[in-house]
Amino acid sequence: MLPLTFQLRARGEGETMQLDRKDILGLQDIAPEEIRLILDTAQSNKEILARPVRKVPILRGKSICTLFYENSTRTRTSFELAAKIMSADTTSISTAGSSINKGESLKDTLLTLEAMGTDLFVIRHWAAGAPQMASEIVKSHIINAGDGLHEHPTQGLLDMLTIREHKGRFDGLRVLIVGDIMHSRVARSNIWGLSKMGAEVRICGPKTLLPAEIEKLPVTVFTDLDAAIDGVDVVNVLRIQLERMSKGFFPSVREYSRFFGINKDRLRRAKSDVLVMHPGPMNRGIEITPDVADGEFAVITEQVTNGVAVRMALLYLLLGGGGNVATA
Amino acid sequence: MTENVTRVMDASEIRRALTRIAHEIIERNKGAADLVVIGVQSRGVPMAKRLGRLISDIEGTSVPVGSLNVAMYRDDYASRPAKVDASDIPFNVTGKAVILVDEVLFTGRTTRAALDAIMDLGRPRVIQLAVLVDRGHRELPVRADYVGKNLPTAMSEKVDVHWVETKGEDAVMIAK
Repeated sequence: MLPLTFQLRARGEGETMQLDRKDILGLQDIAPEEIRLILDTAQSNKEILARPVRKVPILRGKSICTLFYENSTRTRTSFELAAKIMSADTTSISTAGSSINKGESLKDTLLTLEAMGTDLFVIRHWAAGAPQMASEIVKSHIINAGDGLHEHPTQGLLDMLTIREHKGRFDGLRVLIVGDIMHSRVARSNIWGLSKMGAEVRICGPKTLLPAEIEKLPVTVFTDLDAAIDGVDVVNVLRIQLERMSKGFFPSVREYSRFFGINKDRLRRAKSDVLVMHPGPMNRGIEITPDVADGEFAVITEQVTNGVAVRMALLYLLLGGGGNVATA
Repeated sequence: MTENVTRVMDASEIRRALTRIAHEIIERNKGAADLVVIGVQSRGVPMAKRLGRLISDIEGTSVPVGSLNVAMYRDDYASRPAKVDASDIPFNVTGKAVILVDEVLFTGRTTRAALDAIMDLGRPRVIQLAVLVDRGHRELPVRADYVGKNLPTAMSEKVDVHWVETKGEDAVMIAK
């Protein structure tokens, strides 16, 4: 296991801080102070996103590579935009069209790209632990953009930023994650991050889609959605991964929708100012009805915007801490 | 290590210096019509607010005041990681006379970063720099238009400005 050493250095009056860690692999190993620093930095980045000219020079000359062994629209675009807004150079490698298809291993791909001067890799991989392995191979920074069924820390952080913006706190909040928990790295990152910051996390889904050893996660488990949704502040709706349907995890899409779909009637049991979140891509009419997805409680597009702000924060904090120019 | 702290400006000296600077700004710009005041986060902000208020009172107008986060424009972010708030500039800077405000002028690097940050927001007619203390040791060709006090210092000394808003008193200290 890689020693995840980190340290938060407070300087001056305690108003300046630094994230002193090489990689972001997951939220399970991250400290609450680090999460707070990342979210605060992301919050202040939103001002840059609101400008007519969205460009700041801070990462000029830094090279960032998105290395994706799985499909992605929003995560990859979000990372690339974040890097470009901060003036970094980006390259992107996908399985299709690269030497990965000729059988090049992750290790050799990483070493090759590092030798070209890549300062930071954003990695998505179907195998859990691939980013961790990558972090032991190269000196460059690694950000996990989703690994197998393990974690998707930047999604967890952008969900947390969205929640904090609306609720102003985590402590004592009730957050329900509903759907296919077993196959969801988004759920895992949310569970670790939110529970660490003092929220009460509930999960709800068909028994067949709850992970083994669920009792080891800091959550309350429900299989009845009406009971689970009672009085919650946030509902985070997971995507039903239709590609897994053939494996018989639930009898039919219609049945799933009836028992675990979020609709207006169900939402009435939650708090009156409930937030409805979805990491996308959505199956409208299955896990969430269109009127809820587009309704007054949904913050789904805000999540996407916050994704750019969070990724900017991570790139800034990881690459910003790397040099040693000394001036006052 | 024993720290030797000397108080070089007290509250009334700071008040007089800011009042004088406010008058100088109005005189140089022939009024306050096109003026906006922007404080560099974090310690330039209380000074910017006070200058804005002083100028507004003297001229009987309302001068807009903003605060600027320069973290994304620094050349030394590795040694000065910054946890500051988002910039808050609720006005257009294009065509305006921008009074850029910081508490201490030292190497000039923060000012350089601030100039670039402002340029990204628009095209001001002119930018003038107001500081409470100029302590010398410039590393860039930067100078202040308005200075509260010129304070010759050794490179190793630390100049600390306290504001009532954040530290409960107005004072300038030098620590050796």
